[in-house]
Amino acid sequence: MEKSAVFKGKLLPYLLLVPQLVITLVFFYWPASQAVWQSFLREDAFGLNSEFIGLENYQALLAQPEYYKAMATTVVFSSLVAALSLSIALLFATQADKNLKAAPTFKVMMIWPYAVAPAVAGVLWLFIFHPSLGTMARPLRLMGFNWNPMLNGNHAMALVVMAAVWKQIAYNFLFFLAGLQAIPRSVLEAGAIDGAGPYRRFWTITFPLLSPTTFFLLVVNVVYVFFDTFGIIDAVTGGGPAGATTTMVYKVYADGRLGGDLGGSAAQSVILMVIVIALTAIQFRYVERKVQY
Amino acid sequence: MIRPKFALATLFASTLALASPAHAVTEIQWWHAMTGGNNDIVNKLAADFNASQSDYKVVPTFKGSYPDTMNAGIAAFRAGTAPHILQVFEVGTATMMSAKGAVKPVYQLMKDAGEPFDPNNYLPAITGYYSTSKGEMLSFPFNSSSMVMWVNLDALKKANIAEIPKTWPEVFEGAKKLKAAGYATCGFSNAWATWANIEQFSAWHNVPIGTKANGLDGFDTELKFNSPLHVKHLQTLIELQKDKTYDYSGRANASESRFGSGECPLFMTSSGYYATAKGTAKFAFTSVPMPYYPDVTGAPQNSIIGGASLWVMGGKKPDEYKGIAKFFSFLSDTDRQAKLHQESGYLPITKAAYEKTKADGFYDKNPILQTPLKELTNKEPTENSRGLRFGNMVQLRDIWSEEIEAALGGQKTAQQALDTAVSRGNAMLRTFEKTAK
Repeated sequence: MEKSAVFKGKLLPYLLLVPQLVITLVFFYWPASQAVWQSFLREDAFGLNSEFIGLENYQALLAQPEYYKAMATTVVFSSLVAALSLSIALLFATQADKNLKAAPTFKVMMIWPYAVAPAVAGVLWLFIFHPSLGTMARPLRLMGFNWNPMLNGNHAMALVVMAAVWKQIAYNFLFFLAGLQAIPRSVLEAGAIDGAGPYRRFWTITFPLLSPTTFFLLVVNVVYVFFDTFGIIDAVTGGGPAGATTTMVYKVYADGRLGGDLGGSAAQSVILMVIVIALTAIQFRYVERKVQY
Repeated sequence: MIRPKFALATLFASTLALASPAHAVTEIQWWHAMTGGNNDIVNKLAADFNASQSDYKVVPTFKGSYPDTMNAGIAAFRAGTAPHILQVFEVGTATMMSAKGAVKPVYQLMKDAGEPFDPNNYLPAITGYYSTSKGEMLSFPFNSSSMVMWVNLDALKKANIAEIPKTWPEVFEGAKKLKAAGYATCGFSNAWATWANIEQFSAWHNVPIGTKANGLDGFDTELKFNSPLHVKHLQTLIELQKDKTYDYSGRANASESRFGSGECPLFMTSSGYYATAKGTAKFAFTSVPMPYYPDVTGAPQNSIIGGASLWVMGGKKPDEYKGIAKFFSFLSDTDRQAKLHQESGYLPITKAAYEKTKADGFYDKNPILQTPLKELTNKEPTENSRGLRFGNMVQLRDIWSEEIEAALGGQKTAQQALDTAVSRGNAMLRTFEKTAK
């Protein structure tokens, strides 16, 4: 007796796929294609004059030294935020995974910052480190350290990195903790019986078994630093001083939304899109090979 | 079973009847960016106008910051749902006036609606900013201010400075003394980095920011603010930044609190800071005109305004335009302008309102509110001091700020920074010129 149902005709499977396809088309491909189209146009803010100019927006963009500077800034900012937020979250997660009395409280406290909106997170950090208002800025200055994120690019970068890392640790922590709890105790106990110390057990057992989580978080964090951090940058430094914290996505926002240069901004977002697609592809192609599921 | 339904229908119908009075009221949407006390003023103006007649109803809506409001207006226009009146900050002027068809010039509006309107009744220092070179008023000035220097009088006493510094050399000397007297982190400073050090500085010294009367006479303007005078001023600031005799306070006005908290005893920012200063400063203070270099012939010239104006959007019905024209006449009323000026600290836009406030003796009691007016009317405006109109002004200011920051941070000399600011700015102006054909 045949029990599995077979549907005849080709229409039904497609019909079942339609809702998903429509959502993908409307919310992903349509806006993306609009951005690509816009990047070939020169248009005033009101859309009254629109002229097809081919690759002129891209040429103008690639002739700007500031654009390359924004790229370099993005590399520095992204690597710092991704590396710091992942490693600190992993450290916290391994600590919270221990059988401690306060572990539940600790876990809850760790997750809180994720609920804070990026702009609010930025403002919080700004209040702590603002050169004339900040509660931490005064002690720094009293110690003879000339803390001045208003004019010193490195200080400003440190400030936005701290805020962005702080915000992301909670998310990473949650996933790392779940990943750690999924690692079978028996494997770790076997290692312990064979004489492996905690340090060795972590690097030869826990870390490799955690690699699917780490890989997932790497992808998510890269997307986070590329796209979601501009609220923090906007609130804390506004891209300054002298463009020291203008990342690529912040430049898209500044040129397009604040400056009304829609074509140039669209060209930037197309380049940004290509970079992120390439990065994600590389991650899946090469880094994923090292992942043990 | 029929009765409740019937009752409900009756109720519904009567509610509708209540909502729409005998004759139709034309609604006029007004999008603005005023917060706090200024928001209350906007709402009160609308309520007063609505109470004064029964044909039109002005509905003010707060749309966020200046850039937010402007972008909301532009997005709404593209979607075909623009408001009737849009408040746009002064740096958005070139963008708005180049959008022919998207906006209706105020002089045209008044003419079409048959409202009595004489541009000569308005203060030229203010309306010049929002008019064509022929003097046709494009947008209606709403909240205008200018840049003044705020002075902490208690601090001057503490540092044994007998007279309030008037010139730049006096300010530098004074700041050094103030620093020695305990104001270690900031002798003097300013908000609005480019407004202070490029735009107002140029007008006040009667030197061009750009050609073509700072862009008022055409979009084919070129920037000129890398002159020896500008370089000398910025180079001095770079030197004074090193030991914080001068301390940079950012691109916008978030750091105005450095004056109110007593950190910076000499601080240049908008005259509109008055209400906040009054509320926060725990010391005697006043405002004086901006400092100048006495060796520059003709300085001080006159200052230029900042703030925002009301733009009328295009594509609306004639009846709606009539209501807007009536509302603008209502705003121009002498008593109302004088009251608005005295309560809010905004500059009056009509000559009559200024004269009335003077005659009432208001300035004898509140000299601070007259400082910006003295600056604006100091001399007959020249090509260099009528105002400025550059496309992509928001981005231009960001570029100029970046270069000023690079100079004050020690990465560039004043000459290098201003040269780059000019060349990057010119590239941006050429892009704008192409879109604004």
